[in-house]
Amino acid sequence: MDPFTRVTGVLAPLDRADVDTDQIIPKQFLKRIERSGYGPFLFYDWRRQGDFILDRPEYRGAQVLVTGANFGCGSSREHAPWSLLDAGFRAVIAPSFADIFKSNSFRCGLLPVELPEPAVRHLIQLALQEPGMEITVDLERQRVAASGFEADFTLDPFFRECLLNGWDEVALTLRQDAAIARYETARPGWLPISR
Amino acid sequence: MAAKIWEDHVVAAREGEPDLLYVDLHLVHEVTSPQAFESLRLNNRRVRRPDLTVATMDHDVPTRGGRAAADETAERQMSALEENCRREGIALFGMGSSRQGIVHVIGPELGLTQPGLLIVCGDSHTSTHGAFGALAFGIGTSEVEHVLATQCLRQRRPKVMAVTVDGEMPLGVTAKDVALGIIGRIGIEGGRGHVIEYRGSAISGLSMEGRMTVCNMTIEGGARAGMIAPDETTFTYLNGREHAPRGVQWEQALSRWSALPSDADAQFDAEVLIDAARLEPYVTWGTNPGQSVPVTSRVPAPRTETDERALRYMALEPGTAIESIPIDRVFIGSCTNARLEDLRIAASVVRGHTVHPKVRAMVVPGSASVKRQAESEGLDAVFRQAGFEWRDAGCSMCLGMNPDILGPGERCASTSNRNFEGRQGSGGRTHLVSPPMAAAAAIAGHLVDVREFN
Repeated sequence: MDPFTRVTGVLAPLDRADVDTDQIIPKQFLKRIERSGYGPFLFYDWRRQGDFILDRPEYRGAQVLVTGANFGCGSSREHAPWSLLDAGFRAVIAPSFADIFKSNSFRCGLLPVELPEPAVRHLIQLALQEPGMEITVDLERQRVAASGFEADFTLDPFFRECLLNGWDEVALTLRQDAAIARYETARPGWLPISR
Repeated sequence: MAAKIWEDHVVAAREGEPDLLYVDLHLVHEVTSPQAFESLRLNNRRVRRPDLTVATMDHDVPTRGGRAAADETAERQMSALEENCRREGIALFGMGSSRQGIVHVIGPELGLTQPGLLIVCGDSHTSTHGAFGALAFGIGTSEVEHVLATQCLRQRRPKVMAVTVDGEMPLGVTAKDVALGIIGRIGIEGGRGHVIEYRGSAISGLSMEGRMTVCNMTIEGGARAGMIAPDETTFTYLNGREHAPRGVQWEQALSRWSALPSDADAQFDAEVLIDAARLEPYVTWGTNPGQSVPVTSRVPAPRTETDERALRYMALEPGTAIESIPIDRVFIGSCTNARLEDLRIAASVVRGHTVHPKVRAMVVPGSASVKRQAESEGLDAVFRQAGFEWRDAGCSMCLGMNPDILGPGERCASTSNRNFEGRQGSGGRTHLVSPPMAAAAAIAGHLVDVREFN
C-alpha cells in the first residue's frame, strides 16, 4: 500500500446519498483476478447514461471526491475502493461511510474523510460553483483545506498510522505469531474443521 | 452475547489498537479471493489454517448447462480458485460437487456454522451465520488475505443494537417481511457501527431458515453482523450434521453454547422494539432495501432527491397501487431465500396454478443439497408443471454475475436482498419480496397480496 500523507488535487462533487458499491463498480467487472484495471469502469452505468458529472472536463484528473452520506453501502467488494484509486482518487469526503467500505479503504490506501453534513454540503457547493478548484487533504494534521474552507477530521489512530506509513498489516500481525500460536493451543478440540 | 464471543476470540489487545481476533471459520468463494491468494504468493506467505477454511463456487456459476456455460472470465476465476485451493490444501466444493452451493447456505447445512464461532467471508451477507449465535461478518479482499495468512483479523469493538420483535406474526408474514420491516424502521444506515442482536418471541419462534433470512438482511440495515441467541431450535438443527460435534464433544459444545445468550441485565447501545402483529407482507418500490411499503399500499410520494431518483429508475408514479404493478420476471433464490423451507412455502402457493403467460419465472435452489431434498419431495415437479424453470444451485440472478440477468427495463419480483440500480442486470428493476409473494406474483402476472391469493 502506498503511504498517504497529504494530497492536493481537484475536488469532484457527487451529490448523492447512499451510493452503493454496485454503482461504484458494477458486478460484471468483478470477474477480473487482478487488483488493478478497474478505473475505466468506475460508476460505469451512470457514466453510460451521459452527462455524468465526473466526466465533465473540469473534474478530470480529480483526486478527491465529495459525496453524500452512507457512501459505499451494500456489497463488501473491495473492487469499489480499488476502482476509485485506479481512477486517480486518493480521498473521499462524506458525512458517513458504510462500515465495510471504510474498512476496505483503510486497507488499500484510499482515505475516507468524515466531515459533518453542513461542511460536506458547503464543499459540494464550492466544487459546483468553482469547478476545478483544488483541495488539500492532510492526514498528518487531520485537516481539509480549500479556498476559504478549513475543517479538522478524526480518524482511527491505528489506521491513520498504517496509512501514513504504508504499512503492510499482514506483516504487523505476523510479528504476533507467538500470541496466535498460544491462542490456538487453548482452543477446544471440538471446534469444527473443514476436513 | 456479542461481547462474550468477542472476548473469547481476543488473541492480543493493545492500548489504542484494534483487537486482534481469532477466526474460527473462513469461508471463501471465487470472486473476492483471487487477489488475496495472489498477494500471499507474491509475499511468499502460506495459508495458516487451511483446515479452518472452506471454499465454494457460487457467484459466477451458471445455473444450467454446467461449467461449459460459464463465460471466459468466470471460468478464469473458477480455475484460479481450484488452483489456489489445491496448492494450499483447502477443501473446495466446486461445480459438480454434491456439497456445492451458495456459501451462506452450505456453511450451516454442513454443520460448520456453529454458535459462538467467529466466522468471516469476503461477502457482505456473511451476517447470515449469526442466526446460530455466531459472530459473523463480511470482509474485503485485503482482510481475506490477512485471515488466510494469520487466521486473525484486527477489529474495533462494535456497538450493539437490540432489535426486539415481540408478538405473533400475522398469516402471510414471513421472516423476509420481518427483515424488510426492520430495515424500513431503522433505515439502511441505521445499524452502521453496530452488531444487531435480534430478540423477542417472534424471533425465537422462527425456524433456523427464517432466522438465517433475518440475519442475512442485517447488512441492508447498515450493520455488519446480526445475531440470534442459540436455543433448542438451533441445537436440533445442528445435531447430527456432518461437521457438528458428536458424543462427549456434543455435550461439551452444548454447555458452552448454552452460556452464550445475553444476560438478563445486558445493556445495549441502542434498542428498537417492533410489534410483530403489525408487520405485513412488504414490497420494495425503490432502489434500496429501506424503500418498502406493505403490498396493500401505494407507491409513496418522494420525500428526498434519493426517492425521486429511485422512482425515475423504477419507472413508477407516486400513488400507484402496488398490486397493480405488472412484472416480467420472478426470481426465487439467493442466500436470503433459497433454503428448503423457502422452496416449500413457494411451492405451496404455486401448486395447481400456472405461471402467467407474460412472466418468465425461475427457482434456483441455494445448494446442491437443497436441490436434492426439494426433488425428493417433488417440489421441482410442482414448479416445473406450473411453468417455472428449475435450475442448479448458485447466486444466480441475485447479482447477475452469471448468465442469469434481467434485461434493461425488465421488472422482477425477487426473493433476493438488494434492489440497487442494475443489481440484477443493467437497467433491470427489482422488487424485493418473500418467497410466497414471489410465487403469487408469478401466477398473477403482477405484484399481489399472497393473503388474498389462494
